[in-house]
Amino acid sequence: MFLKKYISEIWRAVKSLLKGMKLTGYYFTHHKEIITQNYPEVKQPLPERFRGEVVLIHDENNEHACTGCTACELACPNGTIKIITKFDVSAEGKKKKALDTFVYHLELCTMCNLCIEACPTSAIKMAQNFEHSVFNRNDLTKKLNKPGSKIREGVE
Amino acid sequence: MLSLETITNNVHDWLNSHVSNTWATIIEMVIVGLLVIGLFAILGLILVLMERKVSAFMQIRVGPNRVGFKGSLQTLADTLKLVLKEGLTPKGADKFLFNLAPYIVMCAAMLILAPIAFANNFQIWDINIGVLYISSISSISVIGILMAGWASNNKYSLLGAMRSGAQIVSYELSAGFSVLCIVILTGSLKISDIINAQQNGWFIFKGHIPAIISFIIFIIAVTAETNRAPFDLAEAESELTAGFHTEYSGMKFALFFLAEYVNIFVVCAIGAILFFGGWMPLHIGNWHGFNHIMDYIPSSLWFMLKVFGLIFLIMWFRWTFPRLRVDQLLNLEWKYLLPLSLVNLLLMTIVAIMGWYF
Repeated sequence: MFLKKYISEIWRAVKSLLKGMKLTGYYFTHHKEIITQNYPEVKQPLPERFRGEVVLIHDENNEHACTGCTACELACPNGTIKIITKFDVSAEGKKKKALDTFVYHLELCTMCNLCIEACPTSAIKMAQNFEHSVFNRNDLTKKLNKPGSKIREGVE
Repeated sequence: MLSLETITNNVHDWLNSHVSNTWATIIEMVIVGLLVIGLFAILGLILVLMERKVSAFMQIRVGPNRVGFKGSLQTLADTLKLVLKEGLTPKGADKFLFNLAPYIVMCAAMLILAPIAFANNFQIWDINIGVLYISSISSISVIGILMAGWASNNKYSLLGAMRSGAQIVSYELSAGFSVLCIVILTGSLKISDIINAQQNGWFIFKGHIPAIISFIIFIIAVTAETNRAPFDLAEAESELTAGFHTEYSGMKFALFFLAEYVNIFVVCAIGAILFFGGWMPLHIGNWHGFNHIMDYIPSSLWFMLKVFGLIFLIMWFRWTFPRLRVDQLLNLEWKYLLPLSLVNLLLMTIVAIMGWYF
């Protein structure tokens, strides 16, 4: 009885080991099963909701929808965004608050999406670009509004 | 026909005709030493690359594919990196033993190459106790491993070295018994005699059942002796960081790494000599035409083919099986392999006495 158990144990062990070897042998001979992709050459399409970085949306006239309300700056949990505002003087001589510089610290950003949800005018969005490596750390502090851009007419 | 045998004979004759016998022997020794070092370097490069490629394909990956053609220069680049790295000796380590250990492991691996026949009549030293020599030298490397573990002044290193010691001492037994099975069939410990006895068929076919059992035991035991998965408890990355070579860096680490791979080559070469006829071509009984065609393939190619086949088998094991626990490891040896190999030795003796082998 003992001997029978001993031998059947060996038999089951050998069978399971051979089963494993059969699978790895199959993968070794069938290279079409390979699931890794050669990243820089082959780029997989990213999911639509992938969050890579925050961008300020500019249209073709170099106009954005940011009113400089600093709602995103207040919403940010770790001080990634800093809005510097200025006062535009309109033709009638009326002062109006406007965006001067949208400072974005990419190195602090956790891609939590809270700023995008806080924005009342949908001026910012999450972009898909994820290749952010730079040689100088200072390059990660970005100015999001393009030079010469101004607020779109009618956005309050 | 140009073969390794004629090259060595020509070199020998040329040296003897130009310088005195003593000097000829000394020059030959130097040449052999250089060849062995060269073989080590090439083997290290090829086997590491092979391991990485094989593991990649078995895990449905691509593996190294950037440096050189399809990643063929990857290991050369790695070696360059290791050469440039600092060989750190930790504070509190026994400096002399710490620095000596990799060389002992390396020397043990080099010494085993002596009686291995790489081709027909191409052997460094055809000693008449070849098999005994191999099994005794192969246990020296454990001293180097224990030395490395103890001198590092690190708990992981010490644990890894102790595990390795227990493992090698246990598995040496069943490896020895499986080698003995072949010695019984041949009646000689000399490597060239063992190979010549396989002229009309390799021992794995000639010795049928007991030879196959002893081959399986041998391949399990040598996998354990070379500290490779599923018996890589001495290194066990997930438990002991890197086991006995945790504290080593740079070229000293590379020597351990190289010794590991050369050991794999050496044990596979021994396996090929004992069970697959070394450099002997595949001969089937009375099929003279077939045998004649097989003779045209050079003997060195036959040897390398068999050795790399066995190395592939061991790599296949490594990338398929999960690692054993220490108690499971020792259970496997003392409760399963040792009784099995003792019974198998008896079976082989009966087969040899009754002449049931072909």
